[in-house]
Amino acid sequence: MDIIANLLNGSLVFSTALIFAALGGLISERSGVINIGIEGFMVSGAFFSAVTAYYAEAAGFGAMSPWIGLIGAFIFTVIFSSIHAVASIKYGANQVVSGTVINILAAGSTFFLVKMIFVGSAETPLLTNVFHKVRIPYLTDIPFVGKVFFNAYPTTYVAIALVIVLHFILFKTPSGLRLRSVGEHPNAAATVGVKVNRMRYIAVILSGSVASLGGATIVMTMNGNFAHNTIAGQGFIALAAVIIGKWNPIGAILAALLFGVAQAVKDQFQIFEFAATIPTEIFYMLPYLLTLVVLIGAGGKSRAPKALGEHYEVGKR
Amino acid sequence: MKLNEIFKRESLFVPIIAIVLGLVLGALVMYVGGYDPILAYHSMITQIFGSTFDIGETIRTIVPLVMCGLAVAISFRAGMFNIGVDGQIIMGSLGALIVGTQIDLPPFLHGLVAILVGALFGGLWGALVGYLKASKGISEVVTSIMLNFIALYFSQLVINQFMLQEGTQRSQMIKDSASIQMSWLSNFAGGARIHWGFIIAILAVIFYQVYLNKTKWGYELRAVGHNPHAANYAGMNVSRVIVRTMFISGVFGGLVGAFDVLGVFKYVAISSTTSGLGFDGIAVSLLGGNTAIGVLLSGMLIGALTYGSQGMSFGAGVPGEIIRMVIGFIIFFVAAPGIVRLLFRPFHKKTKKES
Repeated sequence: MDIIANLLNGSLVFSTALIFAALGGLISERSGVINIGIEGFMVSGAFFSAVTAYYAEAAGFGAMSPWIGLIGAFIFTVIFSSIHAVASIKYGANQVVSGTVINILAAGSTFFLVKMIFVGSAETPLLTNVFHKVRIPYLTDIPFVGKVFFNAYPTTYVAIALVIVLHFILFKTPSGLRLRSVGEHPNAAATVGVKVNRMRYIAVILSGSVASLGGATIVMTMNGNFAHNTIAGQGFIALAAVIIGKWNPIGAILAALLFGVAQAVKDQFQIFEFAATIPTEIFYMLPYLLTLVVLIGAGGKSRAPKALGEHYEVGKR
Repeated sequence: MKLNEIFKRESLFVPIIAIVLGLVLGALVMYVGGYDPILAYHSMITQIFGSTFDIGETIRTIVPLVMCGLAVAISFRAGMFNIGVDGQIIMGSLGALIVGTQIDLPPFLHGLVAILVGALFGGLWGALVGYLKASKGISEVVTSIMLNFIALYFSQLVINQFMLQEGTQRSQMIKDSASIQMSWLSNFAGGARIHWGFIIAILAVIFYQVYLNKTKWGYELRAVGHNPHAANYAGMNVSRVIVRTMFISGVFGGLVGAFDVLGVFKYVAISSTTSGLGFDGIAVSLLGGNTAIGVLLSGMLIGALTYGSQGMSFGAGVPGEIIRMVIGFIIFFVAAPGIVRLLFRPFHKKTKKES
């Protein structure tokens, strides 16, 4: 039982980053703007959090600096998300192309800046202040559940709170209804007075900032600094989580948790005796194979927002 | 040439102006960052054209980019987004590696068989994505991402179990008979690793042009890309077109993998990530507008810039990543020609007044 609790607890670490990234992707796609650029936003978040936290440390903020890093990621990623927003909403650029541009630009410019700021170094200095696991009093003592959920990094709690908030906003408030309507049928939404493009701007920019927290989480809980391989494909896995989760926040986090568990399995499988005879690569493959099998079993007919990828033109029917 | 023509979306001028703007913006970034942009571009050009060796290595960089560009472009034309080229490359490498290390054949024939098996591995890997989309309706974006990782670990598994070079993190070397290096050309180019893939890439561009525009299958492909429902209504077998297209796309990817093993490295290194070439292929195909000649030209541009960027860091101390930014800028301007128009609006008004 303890082993399983540890496993699930470990998987939360991996899942948290994916949850942020998937939520980010979901916000944008629900408004009808495809977001291939999640990977780029994560890179941006990882970079800006590492740099702002580094300077916050230098300025003597101590234990507060990882939080300042998160805020830095959230704010500065607007630079990239606004590029995606302006290109795809105002100038009608193909949204896949514009997202790809974000991926290329984010990777190129952050690595460039790292080498520029930290003269020739390929990665940012290791941070001394990072997040540590927080035990929530009393709740941690609940058998099993306490061990799994209530002894985690602060970012995990933020992510789970965000899922609940986002689900509430999307499905229980007028703003959420407007956001969804813009993604389903922008012209109909416009007819009843919703400002389509404004809604989409908000969604895309928020999307970038939320996804950036995913990158920041990886820096602030696992790696402690930013290097060229800090973000390696997690953004695309988050994208897959959005699609597998059928563009629904709860679905997306379940998918993210699934990936997290599989990721944790591959890191912790050594503790099982029977596993020693199985080649490691099988475990590495597992999460992705599992996803494919789940998708094939589910028939995969997931329904994307209807206007996803369509440029909104006033008066078009 | 009238300046007004810049403002036609179809014109060739948008890409050309985008390239110029991208390079200028890159120079600006370098200048602001305290580097010398002129020295940087000078060292880049020296790196690309400086010696016959450099020209040869530039060509070697261009070949996989063109092939990956074609792989992405052909799926785009059928209305699909293939992020799975990375996985197809890995499968192609694996296929070529198996033939190259495990089988004995006479020279030339050995290389040919290895290339064909590599292409087949890549093609089947691509076709799997097509099949899952056509029969189960699963988004090709998701399956190709998953299959990238599965290919990566599957290839590691096979190499670790059967073909590992003792004490290293790479496979055994392929047999000499399977090499596809063009040694006479390599010697001429000062040892640059030029291989037969260079010829195959040119043939692939021609194939792409002819297949898409002159054959019945190509016509079906484009019809499905425009509107699968209409294509279905017109009596085309949409599923078959999707699987077939993804097979061809995978063959292009598989060939890239085979070239790397047989022509460049002679072995497969065990790496923790995929090569990322498939993602560069997305950039190539987008910049080239998914046409044969466009992909060829943009592959040449991006390949030359990428190889040249190494010279920037040696020659001018500028981080080579600046070139990634330049490539990003260029695609951005091509994708949103409205911004180019906006930048040129002052000139545009002037010419109108004059005329």
